[in-house]
Amino acid sequence: MLHDLEEIQESIQFLSDWEDKYSYILELGDSLPGIPDAERRPEYLVEGCQSSVWLLTEYDSVEDILSLRMDSDAHIVRGLIAILLSVYSDQSPRDILSFGITEFFDELDLLKHLSPIRGNGLRALIQKIRSVASQYHS
Amino acid sequence: MTTFVPPKQDFPLLVNREPIVYLDNAATTQKPDVVINALVDYYSQSNANVHRGVHQISDEATGMFEDARKTVAKFVNASAPDQILFTRGTTESLNLVAYTYAPMVLNDQTTVLITEMEHHSNFVPWQLICECMGAKILAVKVNSDGTLNLDHFRELLTANQVAIVAINHVSNVLGTINPIREITKLAHERDAKVVIDGAQAAAHVDLDVQELDCDFYAFSSHKMYGPTGFGILYGRAELLREMGPWQGGGEMIKHVSLEKTTFQEPPHKFEAGTPDISGAIGLAAAIEYLAQQQSRGLSQFEGQLLSYATDTLLELDGLRVIGTAPEKCGALSFLVDGTHPHDLGTLLNEQQVAVRTGHHCAIPLMEALAIPGTVRASFGLYNSKKDVDRLYEALKTAVRILRK
Repeated sequence: MLHDLEEIQESIQFLSDWEDKYSYILELGDSLPGIPDAERRPEYLVEGCQSSVWLLTEYDSVEDILSLRMDSDAHIVRGLIAILLSVYSDQSPRDILSFGITEFFDELDLLKHLSPIRGNGLRALIQKIRSVASQYHS
Repeated sequence: MTTFVPPKQDFPLLVNREPIVYLDNAATTQKPDVVINALVDYYSQSNANVHRGVHQISDEATGMFEDARKTVAKFVNASAPDQILFTRGTTESLNLVAYTYAPMVLNDQTTVLITEMEHHSNFVPWQLICECMGAKILAVKVNSDGTLNLDHFRELLTANQVAIVAINHVSNVLGTINPIREITKLAHERDAKVVIDGAQAAAHVDLDVQELDCDFYAFSSHKMYGPTGFGILYGRAELLREMGPWQGGGEMIKHVSLEKTTFQEPPHKFEAGTPDISGAIGLAAAIEYLAQQQSRGLSQFEGQLLSYATDTLLELDGLRVIGTAPEKCGALSFLVDGTHPHDLGTLLNEQQVAVRTGHHCAIPLMEALAIPGTVRASFGLYNSKKDVDRLYEALKTAVRILRK
């Protein structure tokens, strides 16, 4: 089940204790649909992440929607991926490219060490998503 | 316990960044103020290019630079300072041997032996040069406790025409201290030369290249409290004389003409261009500082601290130490059942405990041990039992959050 972006934003702002924030992120990770072992193939691994992160994409040219499936073997990263998915799900390549992901995470009030933009492993994933989106965006 | 008290107050970063517990010393160590001051003094008082000046400041800089070489020679017990080459670090030192010595002995009949527990820096240069020369490269197996499989080593030595054995003194992941003396003895019986990656040993082990009887020994300044970007290659005198130069340029030549350039004697033959003068001076200061700490009982303290850390962490339910060799120093790698090393590292960082997680530039070792990576706590001379206790408490909290 995907979480609603607003719900995520509200929950994270509501939680003041760092442990609670992590517990919430871990919960988000649990709700991620995930990618089964059979599909966790080396060609889907995103290079440059500190943990293993898999990304599968599918573009629907009729609806102009880029579908993303992502997963990681690290639990906290799975939670961050769930947040990313709430931002990027059912979006056109154009919307993905125009969304200010850095500002979004800055405003999210995540813990300062945890922002995916700070290079804890998701920076490469975000770059990869954007590069796939740009292939379908003319 | 010894009376040694970890001198945290000598390290400005540790004071400035309180309450961070720094346990990533196998990656790089912090610098004591004597090293920082040596750099400032050099640039404020004695900065000039070395070896060619007619003026007094250049003379002074040259003196300090060559004195640093003597300090390093004494530190590793080399028989002469000209066996000490200055490089940019362990990686460059190993590449220097791979590109100048190795081509003289490698061909399609010969083999380079490495081990499964090498850092990529003592793996990739050999792979590259073997490919170039058509030589074979084989890896000695590691036992499940993190010791080297000496039987396999003997087997490979006998079954192949081994020209070079390249091995670490201390493993950066497992902390294993390898039996170098025995390895050089076995290798020399088969006329193979031995290249030691000493990056993880220099800060922890008493170095004596003559006692180890190795042919080359490489290490880095920044992992032993000295400046970054500076390193050492010790080489046996006759080998250094035989080896051709690697990089060409200033400083390393005797005479240049269009027909023929002649080169300096070692070590200057291998030091093209203006060297990292401040790096040498900073390393000399670090060596003096380290020697002072060793005279106060550092080595014994470090041994006790590692045992204490191991015993303490093992109290944690589901914690498994990766690398349980009887002879260890520096690094303590572990995994906790049901948790990912990267998650543990993230939650430790949140609690101001700096460790490293991942494959530690040793992917072949991770594959041999069939693990995705480890959490590695690695200790320096400023770490105390209190730091270990902080690590343990933070780890307990991390595991509690992750297992909820």
